[in-house]
Amino acid sequence: MADLQALREAIIKGRRAEVPGLVQAALEQGANPQTLINGHMIEAMKEVGRRFEQKQIFVPEMMIAARAMQAGLEVLKPLMEQAGHAALSLGTVVMGTVFGDLHDIGKNLVILMLESSGFKVVNLGENVPAAGFVEAAREHQAQLVGLSSLLTTGDPYVKATVAAIKQSELAGQVKILCGGAALTPRFVLQECGADGYAPDAVAAVRLAKELLDLA
Amino acid sequence: MHTVIWSAKARVVIGPDQPVVIIGERINPTGRPRLAAAIMAGDMAPLQSEALRQARAGAAVLDVNVGVAGIDEPAALAAAVRAVGEVCDTPLCLDSASPLALEAALAAYPGKALVNSVNGEEAKLREVLPLVARYKAAVVALTMDGRGVPKDADSRLAIAERILDEAARLGIPAEDVVLDPLAMSVAADDSAGLTVLTAMQAIRDRLGVNQTVGAGNVSFGLPERPAVGAVFLAMAVLRGCTCPITDPTVWDLRRALLVSDLLLGRDEYAMGFIGAYRQHEEEI
Repeated sequence: MADLQALREAIIKGRRAEVPGLVQAALEQGANPQTLINGHMIEAMKEVGRRFEQKQIFVPEMMIAARAMQAGLEVLKPLMEQAGHAALSLGTVVMGTVFGDLHDIGKNLVILMLESSGFKVVNLGENVPAAGFVEAAREHQAQLVGLSSLLTTGDPYVKATVAAIKQSELAGQVKILCGGAALTPRFVLQECGADGYAPDAVAAVRLAKELLDLA
Repeated sequence: MHTVIWSAKARVVIGPDQPVVIIGERINPTGRPRLAAAIMAGDMAPLQSEALRQARAGAAVLDVNVGVAGIDEPAALAAAVRAVGEVCDTPLCLDSASPLALEAALAAYPGKALVNSVNGEEAKLREVLPLVARYKAAVVALTMDGRGVPKDADSRLAIAERILDEAARLGIPAEDVVLDPLAMSVAADDSAGLTVLTAMQAIRDRLGVNQTVGAGNVSFGLPERPAVGAVFLAMAVLRGCTCPITDPTVWDLRRALLVSDLLLGRDEYAMGFIGAYRQHEEEI
């Protein structure tokens, strides 16, 4: 039997160089790619999230774990695609920092965690106008839109972006998740009418799954 | 080069031959719901007590930011400037993304303020620098532009040069521009510390202007945040940071700056450090 425990440990500890070899070894011993991802690797990332939320690990440790996970997914992606499955099958997220705001660190951290948790993420970058979110969600048939806002001056743009999505034909089809230092749950949920507020990257992953009924 | 700012009653000189000037960062509602609620309700008492606390902890300048969603920011910033001035003589750094709020605050401020901030974006240069020129204020200039914060030190230096050129064109002398080469999170990018320190040294060596930096971003996502911030501040002071924006009520941060002054020959007979140590011992 393949050493799945070693694979899990290598992801949790962020040992990026070891992960592709361990994935390859598991495949050679007959492991199913889909089971590897959903049954083992994503479970390892869940454990990373749990440790982060309990403050046992810190941001850089979470990042190297996510990168180790991605190194493993790179090995599996071509196999999944050959078999006609998307490697990242939980759903598609379009994600950006709102208009007038150039902060990218928090958003990119959330993207890294979403991708390594099984989502396909389209990164819209920073300074994204409301229409940019709507168009991208439409084009990529996203199930979830993620908004990042770090400036108090960004509040009107968060509100306008949520409103633009809700006024489009996407209303009811996509969920909207917001986060960033400038935002409060009350503003996001009550005043803007978004579906979720995430205080950090791990919460963003958990909420994304809850909102899409994947939890 | 000296940047001199003043309130109605006090004057502060920022320069490489002076003790580090701490710009106190605590009058800011971002991430502080109770302060935000007080500002929204027009209750200035919490701002006044933050002002006094920071002045007592060694802040020589106070940053004032009232950026709460949905507020009438010009009126609120002007009111905050007056309220802080009632209890404390410390010169102010007027902090807003809104040019209208900056203008209202400049009109309400009896002295020469530091305006926070301009950056290399065309719109910012066009909206903020003329205000700075008209009120003969000084200004904090962030080394970023419409494309964000450059990942490399040379591009940050280039933005600094552009802002100084534009300021000079409007009659704002280089000594009234305080550069901020932007400290980013080292948790997310482990080269971020070296990049900002390299930019800082280049700006000091090539342009010779005063520089500020925030110590908060650097330690985001890491354990021992005060220690990370303290070491960063000490390194920044050595590379040309003369007026960091930080929280002087965190002893690790204040102590790092006091010791930096002492080790760089800016604290005669260590009186600044010893005095602050004694005050700290009494307070804990």
